[in-house]
Amino acid sequence: MEPGSELSASKQAIKALERGPSFAPAMLFRAARMRISSGELGALPVVFGLALIWTYFELQDTHFLTARNLSNLVLQISVSGTIAIGVVLVLLLGEIDLSVGSVAGATAAVLGVLTVDDNWPWWAGILAMIAVGALIGALQGVWFAVLRVPSFVVTLAGLLVWLGVQLHVLGDAGTLNVFDARITAIASTFLPDAWGWGLAAVAVIGYAGSRLVEDTQRRRAEMSARSLPILFVQTATIAALLLGAVGVLNCAYGVPTAGVLLFALVAFFDWLVRRTTFGRHIYAVGGYAEAARRAGISVIRIRICVFALAGTLAAVGGLISTARLQAASTQTGGGTLLLESIAAAVIGGASLFGGRGSVWAALLGALVIGSVSNGLDLVGQPADVKYMVEGAILLLAVTIDAYSRRRLAVTGR
Amino acid sequence: MQGHAGRRPLQVLTVPEADTRRDERDGGEIAPAPVLELKGISKHFGAVEALSEVDFEVYPAEVVALAGDNGAGKSTLLKVIAGTHPPDAGIIRFDGAEVVINSPRHATQLGIETVYQDLALCDNLDVVANMFLGRETVSAPAALCRLSELDMERRALDVLRQLNVTTIKSVRSPVATLSGGQRQSVAISRAVMWNSKIVLLDEPTAALGVAQTFQVRELIKRLRTRGLGVVLISHNLHDVFEVADRIIVLRLGRRVATFKRDEATPDDVVASITGARRG
Ligand SMILES: Nc1ncnc2c1ncn2[C@@H]1O[C@H](COP(=O)(O)OP(=O)(O)OP(=O)(O)O)[C@@H](O)[C@H]1O
Ligand SMILES: [Mg+2]
Repeated sequence: MEPGSELSASKQAIKALERGPSFAPAMLFRAARMRISSGELGALPVVFGLALIWTYFELQDTHFLTARNLSNLVLQISVSGTIAIGVVLVLLLGEIDLSVGSVAGATAAVLGVLTVDDNWPWWAGILAMIAVGALIGALQGVWFAVLRVPSFVVTLAGLLVWLGVQLHVLGDAGTLNVFDARITAIASTFLPDAWGWGLAAVAVIGYAGSRLVEDTQRRRAEMSARSLPILFVQTATIAALLLGAVGVLNCAYGVPTAGVLLFALVAFFDWLVRRTTFGRHIYAVGGYAEAARRAGISVIRIRICVFALAGTLAAVGGLISTARLQAASTQTGGGTLLLESIAAAVIGGASLFGGRGSVWAALLGALVIGSVSNGLDLVGQPADVKYMVEGAILLLAVTIDAYSRRRLAVTGR
Repeated sequence: MQGHAGRRPLQVLTVPEADTRRDERDGGEIAPAPVLELKGISKHFGAVEALSEVDFEVYPAEVVALAGDNGAGKSTLLKVIAGTHPPDAGIIRFDGAEVVINSPRHATQLGIETVYQDLALCDNLDVVANMFLGRETVSAPAALCRLSELDMERRALDVLRQLNVTTIKSVRSPVATLSGGQRQSVAISRAVMWNSKIVLLDEPTAALGVAQTFQVRELIKRLRTRGLGVVLISHNLHDVFEVADRIIVLRLGRRVATFKRDEATPDDVVASITGARRG
């Protein structure tokens, strides 16, 4: 969400808050309803859906909402969530990347072979795998952006090719055990309690601080700025969510390192797409590529970069996966990982039609998919039910996307 | 030259080439050179010959209207100047020096701004983002490419105020939420906010109501006062006669006539556009 569009949509609510607390809830509610009816849904349906899912599983008496299970959930979504960030970037362009699962698998194989068979140091292995992921992504990006082959086809071919590369690199063994503690630490260590609290506090203070600076600058320039009560409410919400999460995770083993990595990546890429020229140009290309071209933006460069980033993030996903399973195998990156990553991005609210969505969609969507999968495991449902439910949720998310797009068209947007 | 041959069978009121015009304009003093001059421009799209050997010129502080039927090649000529469709043949002189304009960025660097027929706005971006698209202001350190939203918003508001665009309530709402006229205002404001020398407008009043059309006309006149060369494409002869100094007619990709506003009537222009013989 652009900060400004929030500003306009909830302007009434802001005014209400300034007028006094008695008006605020009614006006906030009205602003929310206005958004829904105009198709500007934002993160609302996802958050609502997530609350629904959690409530449902908790009512099934499954110990879903226990510290240990939630800690486990964070680890479970760390792979698909990381890959989903790349998928969100590609979706913002209005394209799709079907190869991310295979890229995760192929780069994991590279890591395994280099560090286990060839005795490369752990850091060199990680650097190499990330570089391979970026190169693969860039190559697909060139094929799409320069040779003008639809991204759907390029990455579908990539799905097969990189899977083949993965099998080839692993060779007959099929599985390489990666026991290097510095690699497995990514998915098997937890922050000490104090570190968790500290990081959460830093994040909240950083958020509030940057907002405050921004708003003060705006006010000094005599331009419309969020009122202090709104800033306070938003900061309090974020603080409650973050500190609550840390508190719960600290009741188990502490905040998982992989969870911190995922959160940091989401925060960084959110900053990148909303606050930099590069991100602005991604939205522009996804909104109307010809307009971007005429504005002097190198559409080809943007497209190649975004696909390279998707490949890079897929490699990071492969790294986390290797660390979790302590092995790079022919199964790494396979199964439902690709569909879960794409589903996460779409369910989180990134539009399939390009130009709309936020990087936080990756985290939110991964939480939804992960919760369903985790909860159905707890209930003891077999894979068949899991697949059907996950498929239905994906369909629902895409339907909401298409519906809100239609609403935007109807309301003249 | 073929361009001249194409012009020959034309009406009485057709003005000879730019030279006479210069003389008159400056009362016989030393004439200003055209800020932009095109010679023998041709452009093909596959088998379609969108432009053939077109000459074209714009002087500083002048409004040139490009008239012609649908598909006459007006937009194509504009895109040749704007760098979006580099020509197949012909030369372009800007400020007297021969230039090759092969990208939109190159055109804007020279000082040529364009309002396209489809406005070229990104619906998903807000007004400020669209006005600064491709030319975003960044805050220090520049290497980080961090958007300086405050500066951009302030300048956007300034420009809109200067141009009397008062109907846009929030410059932070996505362009998709604006009306056709508001979108047009954004596209025009974007074109005139960068110290440019030439502004190209492709049917800038097509979607506008009466009041907005009036404002765009006033805006174009103001650009001329500021010394800019303006190229205006319009099917609305009322607009054309209201603001243009010269009217150049294209038919089937050729320049077929040039009129001075004061010496022509709308009927003359219509006859030239349709190719009808005058009795
Ligand atoms: N990108 C393109 N690809 C193929 N043909 C094109 C392209 N752009 C223009 N043409 C063709 O070139 C010719 C001139 O088109 P152009 O858009 O310049 O006309 P115009 O004078 O602007 O018409 P209008 O008044 O309808 O806007 C037309 O025959 C058109 O079909
Ligand atoms: Mg046209």
